Amino acid sequence: MNPIFNQGISPAQRLILVLICSGALIFFDHKMASFETARGYLQSLVSPLQYIANTPKLLMTWGSANLITRQQLMTENDQLREQQLFFHEQTMELDIVRRENQRLRLLLASPVRGETKKVFAEILSVDSDPYSLQVVINRGANDGVVEGQPVIDEKGVVGQILHVGANSSRVLLLSDITHAVPVRVKRNGLRLIASGSGMVDRLVHNFVTKSDDVKEGDLLVTSGLGGKYPEGYPVSRVTSIRTDESREFARIYSQPVAEIDRLRYMLLLSINSQSKPTLLPVQQDTNKKKIQLGEH
Amino acid sequence: MFRHNGFVILFTLLIALIASIAPMPLSVDVFRPDWVLIVLVYWCLALPNKINVITAWFIGLTLDILLGSVLGVHACAMALSIYIVVVNFQQIRNFSVWQQALIVGVLAAQYHLVVFWLQRFLSDVVFLPNYLYPVVTTVVLWPWMFFLLRRVRRHFRIK
Repeated sequence: MNPIFNQGISPAQRLILVLICSGALIFFDHKMASFETARGYLQSLVSPLQYIANTPKLLMTWGSANLITRQQLMTENDQLREQQLFFHEQTMELDIVRRENQRLRLLLASPVRGETKKVFAEILSVDSDPYSLQVVINRGANDGVVEGQPVIDEKGVVGQILHVGANSSRVLLLSDITHAVPVRVKRNGLRLIASGSGMVDRLVHNFVTKSDDVKEGDLLVTSGLGGKYPEGYPVSRVTSIRTDESREFARIYSQPVAEIDRLRYMLLLSINSQSKPTLLPVQQDTNKKKIQLGEH
Repeated sequence: MFRHNGFVILFTLLIALIASIAPMPLSVDVFRPDWVLIVLVYWCLALPNKINVITAWFIGLTLDILLGSVLGVHACAMALSIYIVVVNFQQIRNFSVWQQALIVGVLAAQYHLVVFWLQRFLSDVVFLPNYLYPVVTTVVLWPWMFFLLRRVRRHFRIK
C-alpha cells in the first residue's frame, strides 16, 4: 500500500457523498415507498445469504429429528392419529354448519363468504434488528405470495406480508410498532384496535374508555373491518387492564395468542374478493385439501 | 480491491453478514455482537487504501436489505463509524489491543445510537437499554477477531 500520497477524493468528501445517498434512500424508501419493486429484487438477490445463514439451524433440527427414539415416534404417532380422527369429525360438522350458514346468508341476501386459499410456509430466519419485528419465510412471488397477505399459525394471527421476493418474503409481525389490527372482543363484540408495542408478547389498545366492558382473559379476534384480515381469527388475550383516574382512557395490554417468538410453520391466507353472491358451491369431496403442502 | 488476494476481504465480510443474520434464541440474540462492524474496522485499520467509507456504506446497505429496515439506515450509521476510523487510523493502529477494544466499543455505541436515532425519526420506537448490550460483546470480541483477522491477512498476504 502507498499511504503517503492519497489519491482520489478525501474521506470527508466520500462521507458527505454517502450521507447524501443515504438521506435520499431513506426519504424515498420511507416517505414515498417507491422502492417496493426494487426491494423485491434486492430481497431475492440476498436470499442465498439467508438460506446459508439458516443451514446451521436446519442441521440442528435435522439432527434432533433423527435422534428421536422409536418409542417416542410411536407415542407421537398415536397422539396424531387420535387428533386426526378428532379433527376429521370436526371438519364434517363444520362443513354442514358452513353450508347452513351460506344458505342463511343467501336468504338474508348478504354476500357469501368466499373460500380462502391457504399456502403453507416455513420460517427461514428471524431478524436480529431490535427495532422491527419481522421474520423471513420460504415462499415468494413464485408461489403466488402478494404484499399485504395475512399470515396465521395454528393458534392465531401472526402478521402480514411486508415485502415479497422471488423465493422468500418478509412477514411483519403483529407486535411490531408499526402494525395494528382491528379486533373485537369475542365475548361481546366490542371493537378495539390492537397496536404493536415493539415487544414480542405485548399488544396495546389505545382509546378504550374506562366504562367499556373488557375483562382480563378476554379473547380478541379479528373483526375483518380493515379488509386485510379475514374475520374471526384469534389475535390476542387481554392480560392487564389499568384504570387510572388521572388518565382519560383505560390502559389495556394483551398478549398475542400465536407464539410469535417460537414460530416455525405458518399459513398464508388469500381472500378471494368475489363479492357477488354465488349459488351454493356444492362440495362433493369433503376432505379436499385446501392446504397446499410444499416440498416439506 | 481484488488484487493481492483482496477477495478474501470480501469473503470475511460475507461471513460477517451471515453471522449477523443467523437465527439465534431470543435471549442470546440481544447480545449478538456487531460482526460486520468489527470486520470492517479491522480491514479499515489494516488496509485503508482498500476499505473506505463507500465500501462500508455498501456493506451497510446490504445489512439493511437483510434486516428489512428502511434502506439507508444501517448504511448511514456504518459509514459514519468507519469515517472516524479512516480519519484516525494512524493513531488507532498504535494503541494496544485493549485500548483498541475500547475504541471499537465507542464506535459500536455510536453506530447503535445513530441507528436508533434514525429509527426514532422514522417510527415511534422507544429507547431500551438492551439496544446497547451488543456493545459489550463487541468489546470482548474485538481482541480475538483482531488476532484471527491478522492471521488471515498474513496467511493470504493481502496487501
